Amino acid sequence: MNKHDEKGIPHTTPRQSATFTQDVNSDIRRAAATGIYDIRGGGAKRKVPSFDDLLFMGASISRYPLEGYREKCETSVTIGGLHAENPIELDIPITIAGMSFGALSGPAKEALGRGASAAGTSTTTGDGGMTPEERGHSNKLVYQYLPSRYGMNPDDLRKADAIEIVVGQGAKPGGGGMLLGQKISDRVAHMRNLPKGIDQRSACRHPDWTGPDDLEIKILELREITGWKVPIYVKVAGARPYYDTTLAIKAGADAVVLDGMQGGTAATQDVFIEHVGQPTLAIIRPAVQALQDLGMHRKVQLILSGGIRTGADVAKAMALGADAVAIGTAALIALGDNDPKWEAEYNALGTTAGAYDDWHEGKDPAGITTQDPELMKRFDPIEGGRRLRNYLKVMTLEAQTIARACGKNHLHNLEPEDLVALTMEAAAMAKVPLAGTDWYPGKPGTGF
Amino acid sequence: MRPQPPPKRPLNMQTIDLTEVGLRETNKTLHAQSADTNQTAWEIVNPRGSHAIACGLDAPIEVTVKGSTGYYCGGMNQQATVNIHGSAGPGTGENIMSGKIVIEGDASQYLGATGHGGLIVVKGNASSRCGISMKGVNIVVQGNIGHMSAFMGQSGNLVVCGDAGDALGDSCYEARFFVRGTVKSLGADCEKKEMRPEHLEILKGLLDEAGFDADPSEFTRYGSARNLYNFDVDNAAAY
Ligand SMILES: Cc1cc2nc3c(=O)[nH]c(=O)nc-3n(C[C@H](O)[C@H](O)[C@H](O)COP(=O)(O)O)c2cc1C
Repeated sequence: MNKHDEKGIPHTTPRQSATFTQDVNSDIRRAAATGIYDIRGGGAKRKVPSFDDLLFMGASISRYPLEGYREKCETSVTIGGLHAENPIELDIPITIAGMSFGALSGPAKEALGRGASAAGTSTTTGDGGMTPEERGHSNKLVYQYLPSRYGMNPDDLRKADAIEIVVGQGAKPGGGGMLLGQKISDRVAHMRNLPKGIDQRSACRHPDWTGPDDLEIKILELREITGWKVPIYVKVAGARPYYDTTLAIKAGADAVVLDGMQGGTAATQDVFIEHVGQPTLAIIRPAVQALQDLGMHRKVQLILSGGIRTGADVAKAMALGADAVAIGTAALIALGDNDPKWEAEYNALGTTAGAYDDWHEGKDPAGITTQDPELMKRFDPIEGGRRLRNYLKVMTLEAQTIARACGKNHLHNLEPEDLVALTMEAAAMAKVPLAGTDWYPGKPGTGF
Repeated sequence: MRPQPPPKRPLNMQTIDLTEVGLRETNKTLHAQSADTNQTAWEIVNPRGSHAIACGLDAPIEVTVKGSTGYYCGGMNQQATVNIHGSAGPGTGENIMSGKIVIEGDASQYLGATGHGGLIVVKGNASSRCGISMKGVNIVVQGNIGHMSAFMGQSGNLVVCGDAGDALGDSCYEARFFVRGTVKSLGADCEKKEMRPEHLEILKGLLDEAGFDADPSEFTRYGSARNLYNFDVDNAAAY
């Protein structure tokens, strides 16, 4: 770098802009070259207030802990007991979120079913319908009812253990789906009644209902078709959690699935992922408030998702009032997605392990988010299922460790009083005191 | 319309008074009919616009609803024939897989939404979004249809003996549209197509099946221009 010019006048050091960062500039160049917005998988990559900004206090003189290996800490949860004849009974409060066949390969769906079943929890279908692989390997399978209705049929509906009406997804509240031509294989095309190889757009609104009053009638229809046997969940993005939860309950949902902006997607515009929706931490309390205001907390279950990674995240979500959580991205990583063992291939794709998010292109070196038969062969569903089971068990043990330390004999007994926040933002969102104080912004009676 | 013999009441007709029996018991009774049931003729009286009547049927039975229905009558139908002797509410026959739904009056919006198979016949008019996201169903309307019909239609045939409203077939895939009257406007990527002999044959078959006496040669075919199938920046305004 020139330190001065030929006349000896010193230059200032080259300085990168905080506004026009290298990331931003590369995106401008990409847009200029292609004429299309950036589409990618995964969730928001920006830093937002999160569960990392909360801490448990643990036991002290006023609260006594439970003995680690002797005193039980229960983890089971029942979902959908309000209206359904056969509610879902899970051993652990960590479910596998809806991820479409099409986005994921058949063997990857099988592995999710194997792992979840071995850990005593449920899996969920996705845009694109139910495959025999996942129905066959999932003890409890939640069938998604999406705007696109790809692969939707009453035979599969009746095979489901629960139905999830998808209104929105945290990665893209108000957005539809996208599956680019590369991934529309013969099988995917057939299941979706579409020509092979086209870019497939999924609608953002349901074709046959709009608004809360219609939703109530739609729920009635689905219950009539399935004889009121299975629970009906409603999945909403973390947009207006108080009102959405209220309206879902009033429409007759058995459970509300609430997905924050860190939540993953198979393929969505980057601008959508990063700029629409609220952080997972910010949406729990309003949803729980809605449940409490209607006298429905613990009667209608709240399943929270969006960036859940560890037993600590599970415990924090439950302490703030969730009944269970759902994981997407973390489950894929457990299966082997973004594993550094494929680093050379990630480099060849112009990326690096951990940052690979072009799932829509179908070239996943780990063979998980692809329909390419050769890449798919790299992934062993039995081994994948075993890894997922291990991971789910570890998360559960971690959550139990925390709950026992807080003196709780069931994960559901964790409460906001067990938590403090590290930042003002997290304190305001979680409505728990800033560490070292007895105050949070917005606390009633404090004048803020 | 062709002259038709007066409907005969089958000897073993079972009658359900919906107001008395309630929706749950009514649907439960219909769902309990198996493939070889000999109680194939059912009549539902006093429907009073109730929602979800005769949805999720899966047996070769014929259900006649004497009056108008609310949302989702005949939803997800398989095998059965559902006759509505009145007008039909929103989403009638949504996601129909097979069988037949015949509406004597008018149909509200989203008729046959996402239907995969079977036939829906409307003797009156159908409202907006008729055949939205259709995936194989055949819909034959004797009157007119409203705006945004067959939006994102994937496959199947929509036959309109009258006129079509705005934005017919917007963003459609491989569904076919046959309109005898005028089309107020075509949606993005929907265009007029050549009517080849095989299309005339399909159309004739559907008109016959619906019992409508219309001359196939008077219809115009519309379908996807297939310009939006793979993204192209020069088409960005159409998305
Ligand atoms: C590969 C992939 C595919 C997905 N497909 C669907 C889908 O078909 N339907 C849906 O409601 N959500 C879908 N999601 C979102 C998940 O259901 C869930 O909301 C999200 O992944 C939770 O956040 P997490 O990934 O941080 O755990 C998908 C997510 C991923 C990562």
